[in-house]
Amino acid sequence: MAIQTQDSAQTRAAIWNDPRARAIFWQIVVVILVVAGLWYLIGNVIENRNDQGIASGYGFLEREAGFEISESIISYGAANTYGRAFLVGILNTFIVGALGIVAATIIGTIMGIARLSKNWLIAKVASAYVETVRNIPLLLQLFVWYAVITESMPNPQDEGGPLSILGIAYLSNRGFDIAAPVPDPAFVWMGVAVVIAVIGIIFLRRYAEKQQAATGERLPVLLYSLVLLIGLPLIVWLVSGMPTDWDVPLPPGHPDGNRFRFVGGANVSPEFMALFLGLSIYTAGFIAEIVRSGIQAVPWGQTEAASALGLRRGLVLRLVVLPQALRIIIPPTTSQYLNLVKNSSLAVAIGYPDLVSVGNTTLNQTGQALEAISLFMAVYLIISLAISAFMNWYNTHIKLVER
Amino acid sequence: MTDQTAGAATPPPSRPPPGLSVGPLAWIKHNLFNSVLSSIGTLVVGAVIVWLVWTVFDWIVLNGIWEAGPEGEESATCRQQYGYCFPFLQDMWGTILFGTYPGSERWRPAMAVLLIILMLVMSALRVNWRPHLLLAWYVAAVLAGILMFGGVLSLATIFWIVMLGAPLVRRVMPELGSGVGQEIPGNPVTDRLGLFWTVWLALAALFVAVDLLAPAVTGAGFDTGLRYVPNTQWGGLPLTLGLSLIGCGVAFPLGILLALGRRSNMPAIRVICVVYIEFIRGVPLITILFMASVLFPLFLPEGVTIDKLLRAQVGLILFAAAYLAEVVRGGLQAIPKGQYEAADSLGLTYWQKTRLIILPQALRISIPPLVNTFIGFFKDTSLVIIIGLFDLLNGGRIALTEPIWRGFYPESYTFVALIYFAFCFSLSKYSQWLEGQMNTGHSR
Repeated sequence: MAIQTQDSAQTRAAIWNDPRARAIFWQIVVVILVVAGLWYLIGNVIENRNDQGIASGYGFLEREAGFEISESIISYGAANTYGRAFLVGILNTFIVGALGIVAATIIGTIMGIARLSKNWLIAKVASAYVETVRNIPLLLQLFVWYAVITESMPNPQDEGGPLSILGIAYLSNRGFDIAAPVPDPAFVWMGVAVVIAVIGIIFLRRYAEKQQAATGERLPVLLYSLVLLIGLPLIVWLVSGMPTDWDVPLPPGHPDGNRFRFVGGANVSPEFMALFLGLSIYTAGFIAEIVRSGIQAVPWGQTEAASALGLRRGLVLRLVVLPQALRIIIPPTTSQYLNLVKNSSLAVAIGYPDLVSVGNTTLNQTGQALEAISLFMAVYLIISLAISAFMNWYNTHIKLVER
Repeated sequence: MTDQTAGAATPPPSRPPPGLSVGPLAWIKHNLFNSVLSSIGTLVVGAVIVWLVWTVFDWIVLNGIWEAGPEGEESATCRQQYGYCFPFLQDMWGTILFGTYPGSERWRPAMAVLLIILMLVMSALRVNWRPHLLLAWYVAAVLAGILMFGGVLSLATIFWIVMLGAPLVRRVMPELGSGVGQEIPGNPVTDRLGLFWTVWLALAALFVAVDLLAPAVTGAGFDTGLRYVPNTQWGGLPLTLGLSLIGCGVAFPLGILLALGRRSNMPAIRVICVVYIEFIRGVPLITILFMASVLFPLFLPEGVTIDKLLRAQVGLILFAAAYLAEVVRGGLQAIPKGQYEAADSLGLTYWQKTRLIILPQALRISIPPLVNTFIGFFKDTSLVIIIGLFDLLNGGRIALTEPIWRGFYPESYTFVALIYFAFCFSLSKYSQWLEGQMNTGHSR
């Protein structure tokens, strides 16, 4: 027994040469350094703020903001609190982010497929688009779009008036004024009908899959889905008395309108238009590349094999090529979506009241720099974490099941 | 010979060639009018392209305005006529390219930019990928700095420039001083550090001592003969290039450390690196720049200030480090496990293994994605405009604030966009070319 312990003591190195001990030592050193550094920085912040007489904490969120926000989907006025102003900013970020993602996906997919077109001209045009858009800073593109709208579109009060599109929409340096349906309770029920239709479609698909597994027959799911999706809201609309009133904007100088501004309709502000166009066109350039490489990555043999099984061309694409291509396309595309949402913070440069823009105004008014910046950083972090969590879930969901 | 063939059956008359299989017409038919749908696409897209090219040609070439108005109203002709306004560029190109840099001194940033571009081109050639390149970059950076700042170089500045350059010189000429170290064996200090670093540290300590005791001596300087231009007046392309190159240069080693940390076996270090990287990648650059411009002054103790340009630079470095770390991590992950194990079995320490075996291979494969990250970063430096710095994009905007040139944004923005495009496009083509070059060993 004694001999044994002596033996192991001899083979064991000194404690400062033991890799595990060294690892623990270095970790402690690094952690102490990081904590001490943060401690020092935050201590300085508190001290500097005490000197400036600024109170720490998020209490300012309940104070009156005192500034107007040019566009908001919830009611907001200067008398509301900073907290509500932040909420308006967050919602504005979400709106432009969500619409931008939809538009970027559509444009990007079209351009990505166009780059693979057998038609030389179309392929070249698509690749010229991708190269141009990707190699010019987004901020410059935003400035260009903003300038195009505010400086090159006609002033609606001038001689020629705004650019009229069939008399129901107007393009001018005040943005895009378009006819909107007059709000009617029926629309709420139509929305409910759409939700019911979507739920119905999910059940229909489950049923169709079971049916196919059991009998080998494929139900025309797409057709039934479309019928459900269009039919249900249509029935609601018909039943509720077919509200068809449109609120058509009247340009300035219109006999029934106002001399200086548009009356009625819905207005899309120049800031929103510039941001939306810039973000979606820029991001679409990146998505196009992802789509192209994703499709190219599916081996041609897969298509041939599927055709050899007797599948029709549409089915080959839907059942064989796309699922494989999507597996490659989706992860980088989600990170592009994330980039788009983050890039929407450039709104501050052209005056769209997004989260950062509102936060910046708050910061300048209250001096609560640490709180304001931490707030908008936290919101972006939550968005990115949510998107990456979704991505991880999706990745495990579609992962190849290998033996 | 002829008799023999004549005896055989006469060959059947050759069939007519298949319709349109070679030649430009066949190419057009095959690539542009392959099917009905393709033909419609060609016609529609073609019409749009022709219209677009014609509009631009008409605007710039046919109607381009070259004639400036009288002094003080150079924009007069341009305001009356339709067409690209060249007097705008004649008047404002200096402002766009060099921002608020004093007008009479603009040759200096111009020289600095040319020097940097020359260095970029030299670095692109693989024959130059040797330690010499690092030294050349150091010299170029110092020269560019002197050109940009001008004024009086104090003895202290010159001393530290030489001292920081010395290790690079030694790297290029390893024989320099390496033999000398072994001549005095048994000395514990030189044994541990080598003669070079012993002398280096001694000189540095001596200088710091002199600096503290007699600041007048080290403060004395050498006049470059150039007017001093503080960095608050810098702007335009030199600023954009400087921010992005210095940013990447400093962020790169940081990024390597972060990437190594993220793959470390030590949980505490891994967690710190992951949190840092994911935090920075999760928030927009603007918020980091805001943090740099608003919070950094608060982070510092009372009385210490750092100027705006430096703050932005630090913010950009913190940002770039996280992204570069992810690229380097990709490279690290691609190194086969056998390399790590082989290095371990040779008895190398962690740092020897990393420095001599892993990083040289990992960085080599990460070069093309690193170039792509740099392109993104180069474009992203344009955001410094939001915290009020005058980079290239802002140069284009200040030119438009000139009362007579208000509203000439197409001229200004196309000029700026072309410069950005030229840099980014050539870099991205270079990265593609490089990828092909470096793949030769693996692809068949």
